[in-house]
Amino acid sequence: MGHYPSSTSVEIMQNRPSLRLHIPEPVARPGDAPAFDRSLIPEPGDTRRPETTSAEADMRDLPFGLVRVLDDSGEASGPWNPKLPTETLLAGLRAMLLTRAFDERLFRAHRQGKTSFYMKSTGEEAIGAAQSLFLDRDDMCFPTYRVLSWLMARNYPLIDLCNQIFSNEKDPLKGRQLPILYSARDYGFYSLSGNVGSRFGHAVGWAMASAFKGGQSIALAYIGEGTTAEGDFHEALTFASVYRAPVILCVTNNQWAISSFSGIAGADETTFAAKALAYGLPGLRVDGNDFLAVWAATEWAAERARMNLGATLIELYTYRASGHSTSDDPTKYRPADEAEAWPLGDPVERLKTHMIGLGLWDEDRHAALQAELDAEVRAAVKEAEAVGTLGKSKPSVKEMFEGVFKDPDWRVVEQRRELGI
Amino acid sequence: MPTMNMIQALNSALDVMLTEDPNTLIFGEDVGYFGGVFRVTDGLQKKHGLTRCFDAPISEGGIVATAIGMGAFGLRPIPEIQFADYILPAFDQLVSEAARLRYRSNGEFWAPITVRSPYGGGIFGGQTHSQSPEAIFAHITGLKTVIPSNPYDAKGLLIASIEDDDPVIFLEPKRLYNGPFDGRHEQALKTWAGDPMAEVPAGRYTVPLGKAAIVREGTEATVLAYGTMVHVALAGIEDSGVDAELIDLRSIVPLDVDAIVASVKKTGRCVILHEASRFGGFGGELSALVQERCFYHLKSAVQRVAGWDTPYPHAFEWDYFPGPARLAAALKRTMED
Repeated sequence: MGHYPSSTSVEIMQNRPSLRLHIPEPVARPGDAPAFDRSLIPEPGDTRRPETTSAEADMRDLPFGLVRVLDDSGEASGPWNPKLPTETLLAGLRAMLLTRAFDERLFRAHRQGKTSFYMKSTGEEAIGAAQSLFLDRDDMCFPTYRVLSWLMARNYPLIDLCNQIFSNEKDPLKGRQLPILYSARDYGFYSLSGNVGSRFGHAVGWAMASAFKGGQSIALAYIGEGTTAEGDFHEALTFASVYRAPVILCVTNNQWAISSFSGIAGADETTFAAKALAYGLPGLRVDGNDFLAVWAATEWAAERARMNLGATLIELYTYRASGHSTSDDPTKYRPADEAEAWPLGDPVERLKTHMIGLGLWDEDRHAALQAELDAEVRAAVKEAEAVGTLGKSKPSVKEMFEGVFKDPDWRVVEQRRELGI
Repeated sequence: MPTMNMIQALNSALDVMLTEDPNTLIFGEDVGYFGGVFRVTDGLQKKHGLTRCFDAPISEGGIVATAIGMGAFGLRPIPEIQFADYILPAFDQLVSEAARLRYRSNGEFWAPITVRSPYGGGIFGGQTHSQSPEAIFAHITGLKTVIPSNPYDAKGLLIASIEDDDPVIFLEPKRLYNGPFDGRHEQALKTWAGDPMAEVPAGRYTVPLGKAAIVREGTEATVLAYGTMVHVALAGIEDSGVDAELIDLRSIVPLDVDAIVASVKKTGRCVILHEASRFGGFGGELSALVQERCFYHLKSAVQRVAGWDTPYPHAFEWDYFPGPARLAAALKRTMED
């Protein structure tokens, strides 16, 4: 009679609660007061800095801390303070301000019909700026579409960015790629794609190749917190762990994947840095709006990678202050004033306040630099507009048929002829 | 000249490339110490070292992603996917990344990878060890798809694929690994011994991608085939009594369209044979090309002989498999039209 429930098991079943399907929801929606009640934000100095040679097993508290250097008043403190020289702070501030000026102007260019698409990285400028300035020229970054400040920190020509965004005759990618999905090998910036996540594993392969050749260079990859749900993330972490690849794997947790809050990717259950634990990798949770903290964490992870101690997972805790793209309206799904309420502030303002506090900077010089950078951006946009904006100018249509293979096969040769070019 | 079966020929190609090009490396599931489930990488780790031929996690997407990153760095990785049926988790990497990298970056990055994978049926492998997915790769702009039919071609085509600067899907007909197979499954197994195409030079040579081979000359009809079906086609032609010309395509991308057109213009009839399901199969593309380019030379409709439009069925292996009898019937039909 084994398949008939006994009276005891019927009783147990009657006492069981009904099952409930849990759908995560953010604390605040449009009309609500912004709230970040679930954010885990320790003070600078609270999160220890282990020796870079420490064993992973001795660092399993780190994914639940927060690497911070700058406090709310802009003062640097704690074991992670990289104590950067003035010119580095200035280079960082410049790259961040230039990114912001460029984003503002090119976003407007989209509204004026000069391009089909644009994405801003507002609020996340410290990340690319610090990591780009810190890493070597031979290292390679595998970017997302929100790390323009990487290129700005390396003085990538603004005119080339504008020409790419306008898909005009001088577009360095020959009109083949959506605006802002740049490729800049000489600037350590891998080819971007609109498929989020699919280059995360390339960074691991690139790093393995560098180790295979006995070289010096390391790789750094970015993925958004939403995209950690893709298999690409698990695959990359598995390979990075198994082969101890010299790679820094960064999750930019900017709280929003288009309209889905980070809880939809699992943020209510654990931190993204803690994903490292299952792979036996060190996981750092870092204040992504703190230029100095990002620098210090990257330095720590790079040192491990260069000593053949393998990969580190870094969660860069930040906030996407603008919409996802020109096709998005964030007031439809989050409080309109949420960005101002972000507890870790604005990365530009924080570095500026820090530099003013050190007596290295002041409001006048800041305003002058902003004006200078805005003029640079305006000049580049103007120059690109003279070549042509979207639809007014484009590369030769021949370019459509180039680069499918190294050498064209008969199909593209015949089809080019069919098109009459 | 040494006689090799297809496994030995492929192993020899990999051995040659590991020896000659320090930027080559092999990785995949069970390919390292063990030497692969079909033994294609047997002995390579021992001879060339751990970093040149090593095991990978069970992660086809991860294997191909890693290979692309290595390729972008400047290596020539030769990953193995254990069965072509398992390649689908890597499909996004192949389609969205390997195939597009050169184009979208205007030549700044590219992925010179060769993804080897055993494919095809005739081994009672059921749904998940028998499929022929070549058409879905042929459809992807930016990928090359190569399929050998004998040991000599296997080695030369594999070396050419590895040396190619674009991503190549290299499909190995596993029913041909140990011997030719003409579809007459009730007959005793054959080995490659004594077959002229099993005479394989020990050193480096290439068979160029995109050059078809005329396996049998004929005047009355043209049969287009690749992989295992080349041998099935020979048997079917013999059974039919039709004097058919048999073309082994060897690679479907790049495709030797000139060889196809020249033959069909000569014979005026065309039958296409492949093991994959018919609807949406590569035979559809071949048929369209033939009618576009040879319409006024055709004496009858182009025929396709292929696997049925069902999953690959285990107990019905020989009912599904497009054997020589079905080809012979199609050839006779095409002669009657």
